[in-house]
Amino acid sequence: MNEFCDITLTVNGERVSERVEARKSLVDFLREDLTLTGSHVGCEHGVCGACTVRVNGEIVRGCLMLAVQCDGASVETIEGVSDSGEITDLQNAFQTRNALQCGFCTPGMLLTAQDLLSSGHAPSRDEIREHISGNYCRCTGYHAIVDAVEAVAQARKGSRK
Amino acid sequence: MKPAPFGYAKARSIEDAVALLAQHGEQAKLLAGGQSLIATLNMRLSAPRLLIDINGISGLSGIALKNGHVEIGAITRHVEIERSDVIARHAPLIAMAMPHIGHPAIRNRGTIGGSIAFADPAAELPGCLLALGGSVEIAGPKGRRTVQADDFFKGLYETALSPHEILTLIRVPAAASMSRYGFAELARRHGDYAVAGLAASAHADGSGLKDIRLAFFGVDLTPLRAKGAEAALAAGDVEKAVATLASDLDPPDDVQETGPVKKHLAGVLLRRVAAQLSRTRA
Repeated sequence: MNEFCDITLTVNGERVSERVEARKSLVDFLREDLTLTGSHVGCEHGVCGACTVRVNGEIVRGCLMLAVQCDGASVETIEGVSDSGEITDLQNAFQTRNALQCGFCTPGMLLTAQDLLSSGHAPSRDEIREHISGNYCRCTGYHAIVDAVEAVAQARKGSRK
Repeated sequence: MKPAPFGYAKARSIEDAVALLAQHGEQAKLLAGGQSLIATLNMRLSAPRLLIDINGISGLSGIALKNGHVEIGAITRHVEIERSDVIARHAPLIAMAMPHIGHPAIRNRGTIGGSIAFADPAAELPGCLLALGGSVEIAGPKGRRTVQADDFFKGLYETALSPHEILTLIRVPAAASMSRYGFAELARRHGDYAVAGLAASAHADGSGLKDIRLAFFGVDLTPLRAKGAEAALAAGDVEKAVATLASDLDPPDDVQETGPVKKHLAGVLLRRVAAQLSRTRA
């Protein structure tokens, strides 16, 4: 039984080859092996959403996927989408609207919000709340976060016209 | 909150997975979407020696309409089911349940076979399978077999699956023009496991209903049919059906709620679902 496995994957556009322990979660691999510490580790059982990352374009819980399962995959983290400028407007809106205080939930919250916004339509406040329902914020509360996401949805809708 | 060490093997085919299970038996666990399994490993509620990853097996995923049934491969992900036109048209009860299952990031990974094989008593899809009177296909060392939903759920996280078997396919009857469906659940936070839930199917019969199947979940160790309430509802008496739940159900207390509260909520759900069932399908 292989308790260690060799994996090759793409992380934020860069090709990475590593030997990982089979039991290592994707988020621990990103944080410990690649020092990409923007993805946070909260509950470690899929409830809080702080570890949200993208695998092959879809958001997933980084604590409920093993690194070894990402062999051959394309993984994107908050560092990648920040550097690419993909969510600059969303990050600015979070700052403007006070949608973060401690910031622990923010990377996961941003990726989840971007997942909703990238579907192309301008979601209602209820749809925004529904989509971020799997991401806990324990200090700011959700009102300002919904405000920020809604503002970006409206702005992007305007810029598409 | 880190799992105990385990080995990892990627199964290339159903036969390969069955061979690995035969070799390692109860020391091994099948890894499907992992949305429950990896959480329990992280909490060290379980410590298998080997994970057999079945995600790469071709032919275990997909949705098809076949001989009046909808067939769903075991590792079809919730997100694919949620977006499927075949499901929306031919298995609308499952479509109704989908938004209640976890959150988007969970639905991107979680699978229907994983949910049904794990058989969490508060999960939606086991309830749907039971309400629809569906069946599952199972592969094992002795070949393939079919198990009806009514015979599949045995106890708390216990099913007809042996440790050497793999669930490969879920089959439910396709909706007909007379089919009626209802689904409702109450959860503390949208997407969490239900405090109590109800999946139901029936056939319209004149102005009434027949062939009613009420599958409650989150109120017992397995999803459970309320057969007394089914009979009362078939006789057209919603209030009697609600009253009958007192003898149909005996919910144990759990971390979310006490048994009496769950029993009350079951009545609330039944009124809502009864209203859905008597509505004409669009």
